[in-house]
Amino acid sequence: MQRIRLRYTKRGRLRFTSHRDFQRAFERALRRSAVPMAYSAGFTPHPKVSYANAAPTGVASEAEYLEIGLAAVRDPEQLRAQLDESLPNGLDVIDAVEVRTPNFVERLEASEWLVRLDGVEPDEAAGAVARFLAEERVEVERVTKNGVRVFDARGAVAALDVLPPQVDGGADTEAGTDRDVRTGRPCAILRLVVRHATPAVRPDDVLSGLRATADLAPPVPAEVTRLAQGPLDEGTGTVTDPLALDRAAAPAGSEPDAGPRATAPA
Amino acid sequence: MTVESVFPRLEALLPHVQKPIQYVGGELNSTVKDWDACDVRWALMYPDAYEVGLPNQGVMILYEVLNEREGVLAERTYSVWPDLEALMREHKVPQFTVDAHRPVKAFDVFGLSFSTELGYTNMLTALDLAGIPLESKDRTDEDPIVLAGGHAAFNPEPIADFLDAAVVGDGEQAVLDMTEIIRAWKAEGRPGGRDEVLLRLARTGGFYVPKFYDVEYLADGRIGRVVPNAPGVPWRVSKHTVMDLDEWPYPKQPLVPLAETVHERMSVEIFRGCTRGCRFCQAGMITRPVRERSITGIGEMVERGLKATGFEEVGLLSLSSADHTEIGDIAKGLADRYTEDKIGLSLPSTRVDAFNIDLANELSRNGRRSGLTFAPEGGSERMRKVINKMVSEEDLIRTVATAYGNGWRQVKLYFMCGLPTETDEDVLQIGEMAKNVIQKGREVTGQNDIRCTVSIGGFVPKPHTPFQWAPQLSAEATDARLAKLRDSIRGDRKYGKNIGYRYHDGKPGIIEGLLSRGDRRVGAVIRAVYEDGGRFDGWREYFSYDRWIACAEKGLAGTGVDVDWYTTRERTYEEVLPWDHLDSGLDKDWLWEDWQDALEEVEVDDCRWTPCFDCGVCPQMDTHIQIGPTGKKMLPLTVVNK
Repeated sequence: MQRIRLRYTKRGRLRFTSHRDFQRAFERALRRSAVPMAYSAGFTPHPKVSYANAAPTGVASEAEYLEIGLAAVRDPEQLRAQLDESLPNGLDVIDAVEVRTPNFVERLEASEWLVRLDGVEPDEAAGAVARFLAEERVEVERVTKNGVRVFDARGAVAALDVLPPQVDGGADTEAGTDRDVRTGRPCAILRLVVRHATPAVRPDDVLSGLRATADLAPPVPAEVTRLAQGPLDEGTGTVTDPLALDRAAAPAGSEPDAGPRATAPA
Repeated sequence: MTVESVFPRLEALLPHVQKPIQYVGGELNSTVKDWDACDVRWALMYPDAYEVGLPNQGVMILYEVLNEREGVLAERTYSVWPDLEALMREHKVPQFTVDAHRPVKAFDVFGLSFSTELGYTNMLTALDLAGIPLESKDRTDEDPIVLAGGHAAFNPEPIADFLDAAVVGDGEQAVLDMTEIIRAWKAEGRPGGRDEVLLRLARTGGFYVPKFYDVEYLADGRIGRVVPNAPGVPWRVSKHTVMDLDEWPYPKQPLVPLAETVHERMSVEIFRGCTRGCRFCQAGMITRPVRERSITGIGEMVERGLKATGFEEVGLLSLSSADHTEIGDIAKGLADRYTEDKIGLSLPSTRVDAFNIDLANELSRNGRRSGLTFAPEGGSERMRKVINKMVSEEDLIRTVATAYGNGWRQVKLYFMCGLPTETDEDVLQIGEMAKNVIQKGREVTGQNDIRCTVSIGGFVPKPHTPFQWAPQLSAEATDARLAKLRDSIRGDRKYGKNIGYRYHDGKPGIIEGLLSRGDRRVGAVIRAVYEDGGRFDGWREYFSYDRWIACAEKGLAGTGVDVDWYTTRERTYEEVLPWDHLDSGLDKDWLWEDWQDALEEVEVDDCRWTPCFDCGVCPQMDTHIQIGPTGKKMLPLTVVNK
C-alpha cells in the first residue's frame, strides 16, 4: 500500500467548514476523482484516511495535513492536482509527498497563527503583548463539555508579536498610518507561535490571556488563520515544513512512477 | 442594476451561530449566474432548515431547469435558525440566497416549495426578514411575486393572504411557462404593474392567484362559493403534469453540500405518481397518472449523478419503488455495475406485496444490510380494507419469513392511528402483528434475538383524497388509543422486550389537520402564531401546541368556527370544500364513491393492471399511464481508471 501525505487549506468562507464536514467532502472528492483508495477491512469498509490536528471551525488554515492509503501506486503531484480539482475552491490541496518516514503527528510540534484584530490599535496590541509575555503563567478559562476548565495559556506560547500594518490583497496600507485599507479602521495583526501541548492552547485562549493581563478587548471577533504547523525551531521561534523529512528521504531515481518530487535531491 | 452581496455583513455574524457552514453556499454543482445578464430571476426556498431543505428533489430540479435557461437565474434560500435570525434582525441583514448572498427582495419571483403545511410560519419569517410585506395586498412593484408550490399547495387557502400565486402539480414546465410570461411583461415595460402580470398568469388557468377569487361564506360558517372577480380568470385552476420523465432527467448535477444534511445520496425518481389507491395518501391521489422513467434513462442518470457528486449511495425514489415494471433488472443492473465501487442501493418505499427476496438481495449486495421496513399502515385486516392498502398479514408474514431466512434480523413496520372507523381493537392488532412477526422470525432462525419495531403516526385527513370528508380523531382519543397499545406491548412477557414502539402524541397532528383542510380564515391564525414567535413547526423542540391553540382562539374569533370545526368535524357531500376550485383532475363524485366504499370496506384495484375505474384524472388532464416494461437492459459500464 502506497501512502501519501497531503497538505490542504481552508480559505475564505470555507473556513466555516467543520472538520466532520471536511471529512465528508474529502471522501467524496476521492470518489469523484476515482482515486484507487485502500479500504479498511470489516463489515463496513472505509477508505484509509487519517487526519492530523484539524483547525477549529471558523478558523482559516494554510496548513492542514492528512494521510491516505492507496491500493495502487500514483504520482503524488498528479494525485494532488486531481484532488484539488475535485474539491470546492477554498479547500485546496497544495502539497503532496509519498510517506517515507514514521511519526508524522509527533512532528507537528507547533502552529503558527495569524490573528487579525479589527478595531484594535497596533500600539495597544503591542502593549498588551509585552505584558502577556512578561508573565510566566497566564491562567485562562475555557468552557468545555465537561464544564469550565482553568489552565495556563502562557507556557505554550513560543512567539508572539505584532506585525507591521496590514498589507491586504497586495494593496499597501496608506503610508504612515495604521488603518486597514479594507475597512479604514485600525487593525492589529498578531503573529503567534504555540506549542502543541496538553491541554491544547488555541489562539482564542491566548486572546483570553491578553484580555486577562492587559484588558485587550477587540470589538469584533478575531479572524484567525493557521499559517503553518510542524517542527518548532526554538531558537528562532519559527515553524518548519513537516513534509521536509519525507521529501529528503526520497531515494533518487528509484521510484517506479518517478514524478518531480520523487527525484528531488536529498 | 447590480445587486450587492450581503455576505460581508453576514460573515461578521457567522462566528456567533451554530453550524455556520450552512449559510455560506459554495456547494459542489451550485451555480452563480451574472445578475445583469439575466432578465428573469428566481429565489427558490425550501422553508425549513438547510439540512432538510438542501436535499429536497423538487427545489434541486427547478434550480437546474431554470439555471440551464439563457437569461434566467435561480438561487436558493433556506430558513435560518433562530440564533441567526436574531442577529440578522439586530444588524439589519435581510433574508439572503446561499448562492450569491443576494437579498431575496431583489428577485422577480420568490418561490416556496411546501412538502408540508408545517413550513407556513417559516415562510412568514423569511418574508419579514426579506423586507417583503407579509400580505399580498400590501406589496408593491418593488416586491417579488411570492409563489407557492409542492404538495401542500393543492390547498393554498390557509396561506392565500400571503401568496401572490400558487402552482399545483409538476413544476418543471410550469416554472418555464411562468418565466416567459414575466419576461414578456418586463420587456413591454411592465404595463399595468404587478396586477397585470398576475392577471396574465391567472388567465392561463395554470396559476392560481388568490386575490382574483372571492370566497363567500354561509351563515353556518361553511363556504358558499368561490368566485373569480376579474375578467378572463377561470373558475378552476388546473394542475400541471409532466409527461415522459426521460425528457426531464433532473437533477443532472445534484448539489453536494459541505454541511451535513438529512439525505446524502444520489437520488433518482424512477417513476412519478401512484395508482395503488391508498385512500389516506394525498401524494398518490394528486400525482396521477403513473409515469415511469425507463430503465436506460435511470441508468444514465445514476451514472452521471455519481460522477458529479461522489455519493456512495443511490436512492431509487418514488411513491412505491418496488412497483416499477422493471425494478428487478434495475436493481440487478446497478448492483452489477457498481460492485467494485461499493455503491449501496436504497429503495425508500417498498410494499410488502411487491417485495421479493431477490430484489432485497440485490439491494444489499454492495454493502449494508440495514433493517427491512414495511408500511402495512393498518393493524387489522378490516382497517386495511377501509384504507385500501391491500396487504394481507399472510403476505407480510411470508415476506418476513423469507427475509429472516436470508439473514435479516430486524423489521420495522409503519402504521397510522386515527383512521376513519378505527376502534381500539383495530389498533391493538398492531401489537399482535408485531408478535406474529417475531414468532415467525424465531421459528425460521431458531434464535430468540429477533427485533420488530412498530412506528405509529397520527392520521391527518388531506384534501383531494377520499378521506377529505372524514372526521379527524382528536388528540386526546389518539393518545388514549396509543397508550392502550403501548401497555399491551409492554405487558407481553414473551415478545414485549423484542418490540420497539415509536409514536408521536396526537397534538401536532391536529395543527397539521387545521392547516391541511383550512380555508382563508386560518391565515389569521398562522400570522398570529408567527408574530408570537412560532417557527420551525415541524421540529418537536420548537412546535408549541398551546401557542397554536391560543392563537387559533384569537385568530378565529368572530368567525363562528374553531379548530374542532376544521379537524374533527365530518363534512357532507354538498359542502363546498376550500380547495374545490383547484383541479387535481380527480372527479369529486368518484372521490365521494371511494369514501363510501371505504366505509363499506370495499377495496379498489390498481388501474395499472385492471381496467380504468374512472377516477377522472387522465381524461380531465389529457394524460395517460406510462409504464413499461421496455424490455431493455441496463448496460454495464467500462469503468475509467481501472
